[in-house]
Amino acid sequence: MKKLILMLCCFAAALAAPHAFAQEAAAAAPSLADQVSALESSSMTAKVAMDTVWVLLTAGLVFFMNTGFGLVESGLCRSKNCVNILSKNFIVFAISSISFYVLGWGLMFGEGTPYFGLKGLWCLLGGDNSPATGDAYKGVYTSINWTGVPLEAKFFFQLVFAGTAATIVSGAVAERIKYISFILFSAVLVAVMYPITGHWLWGGGFLAQKGVWDFAGSTVVHSVGGWAALAGVIALGPRLGKFGKDGQVHPIPGHSMTSAFIGCFVLWLGWFGFNPGSTMGVGDGKLIAHIFVTTNTAAAAGCIGAMATAWLMLKKPDLSMTLNGCLAGLVAITCPCAWVSTPASIVIGLIAGVLVVFAVIMFDKLRLDDPVGALSVHLVNGVWGTLSLGLFAHPNWTDGKTGPGFGLFNGGGITQLVNQATGVFWVGLFTLFGGLIVWYVIKAVMGLRVAEEEETEGLDLGEHGQEAYPDFQPATHG
Amino acid sequence: MKKIEAIIKPFKLEEVKDALSEIGIQGMTVTEVKGFGRQKGHTEIYRGSEYTVDFLPKVKIEVVLGDDLAEKAIDAIVKAAKTGKIGDGKVFVFPMEQAVRIRTDETGEKAV
Amino acid sequence: MKKIEAIIKPFKLEEVKEALSEIGIVGMTVTEVKGFGRQKGHTEIYRGSEYTVDFLPKVKLELVLTDDLVEKAIDAIVKAAKTGKIGDGKVFVLPVDQAIRIRTEEMGEKAI
Repeated sequence: MKKLILMLCCFAAALAAPHAFAQEAAAAAPSLADQVSALESSSMTAKVAMDTVWVLLTAGLVFFMNTGFGLVESGLCRSKNCVNILSKNFIVFAISSISFYVLGWGLMFGEGTPYFGLKGLWCLLGGDNSPATGDAYKGVYTSINWTGVPLEAKFFFQLVFAGTAATIVSGAVAERIKYISFILFSAVLVAVMYPITGHWLWGGGFLAQKGVWDFAGSTVVHSVGGWAALAGVIALGPRLGKFGKDGQVHPIPGHSMTSAFIGCFVLWLGWFGFNPGSTMGVGDGKLIAHIFVTTNTAAAAGCIGAMATAWLMLKKPDLSMTLNGCLAGLVAITCPCAWVSTPASIVIGLIAGVLVVFAVIMFDKLRLDDPVGALSVHLVNGVWGTLSLGLFAHPNWTDGKTGPGFGLFNGGGITQLVNQATGVFWVGLFTLFGGLIVWYVIKAVMGLRVAEEEETEGLDLGEHGQEAYPDFQPATHG
Repeated sequence: MKKIEAIIKPFKLEEVKDALSEIGIQGMTVTEVKGFGRQKGHTEIYRGSEYTVDFLPKVKIEVVLGDDLAEKAIDAIVKAAKTGKIGDGKVFVFPMEQAVRIRTDETGEKAV
Repeated sequence: MKKIEAIIKPFKLEEVKEALSEIGIVGMTVTEVKGFGRQKGHTEIYRGSEYTVDFLPKVKLELVLTDDLVEKAIDAIVKAAKTGKIGDGKVFVLPVDQAIRIRTEEMGEKAI
């Protein structure tokens, strides 16, 4: 393989610069070994450059998902809270950027214990000779030495993932949380909690050693965001008027289905960075193409699954459910996208779409008020996606040794499924209880919820002194 | 002088406006309102929960006119707005004490 | 016949509607309006500059009733809309000359 690449490179170089090549050969005639090593190094540089462009480009797509989250969440909430939600979704990426740079990265990828990193903890300052990979790598961020890109490319790509986990929380706690309390929680989540569970799976920690696999983060990113959001929803309580005295559910319709629609498509687009980008290298192109297809197929199946479920169960194809179904499919396929076949991705997405509708109804029954369905999408389907790998991991896409073992339906028995469940359990336990502790500490110190009167008037005025739609606009929901 | 307030189905606004202008009424104020009467609302579903929307969209037309025109205007509105189905709306007539055209300071019927 | 116009806090609409339906009133029109009275507006900030928003969002409720129902309706509205804080709103009562149901052309008290 290596020889073939070398030959191709020689050929390409010869084609590109025939004169230079000919002159050089005539003049000094360097030894063949020198020529080979020069070509080897320039082909290495080209590979690093190509992989770096790939990683940064897909990181850009994931960064853009912040737009999608902002639009989905503000669209599914009332206009009187629109400025507040957009503010939260905007500031959360800024907070994440600083938190993850200062501490998060080191905790997640630094060498240390099976539970968190210790070396190179602060500000990416640990020793590192990226883009060297494998045995050639000499540094403290060993667990991510499998990708041959510069350290800052690795950091930026991982940062946009951490930002995603934090922004998931925003939707679930919307329309009642104090702005400053949300900012504080986000800082702790991205600086400490997300990196710790991330270390367990992606930083060579104890779950990675147990054989738990998560390709692009159904657990590491989405269910972590979901568990943290669940803790927030429990600590906050429901919005005023969401549940009647005798437990009946009062729907609080969002103010712009157009925003929710655009936001969902932006997220769908962003996922083509999230999943294929998690290869952190283009390889021969085959795997990234496959991941594009599994990702898209699961999203499509999720839309159809949710639409059909809503249509059958609730009599009408609720658009907000169809949008949630798309996101559910995407969240579910995030973990197994590289290791399952395309037909399996249809099944995974379809089930995600069905699950999300039942989950929305279930959370309402449990009186857990999640205005945008973040728990149903990211938590429930983060868990489902992680488990689905244990069912569908396919020999065409994993050798069963250096990646996940074959799934239950492909002759691998229940080993991988049990491994996946172990991962779900520990990450859920830590993030839910850790999250509850952080939320209740913030509650004790400064409070979590805005005053009743402010909630009634809207957080836009109370928290920001601004309206999303000023001038002589009719008020909608008081 | 009288003030006529008519609550009608929104899609009937054009017809009612034309009918009024045919009898020489040149001015009116229109507001988008919500309301209900004998026509009850409908059920909507949002994220799995049913709820009743009582208030249906309607249009309110306000016209101030001289006493002699009131009967004709009511007739015109009723004819144009009628579909025969529940929810066609209502017309109310109020006494009006005074009217002033701001530009010219004209008062009374000259101002309407 | 009388017309009642009530200006209330928007989030009180459901309660007021329920209070009215309890005393048998089954029709009304609501409009989103803005206004102010003793409750002055609030201060907003836009890009560093403060400004006062005098007009606050309110809901205007309009109903036309037979004379005997007016007192009860006013009571129901006032009880349901009251929070005790400034800005609760006001109720006005106006005379009505005539009412017509468009669908059936019934007139007077039969029409309301």
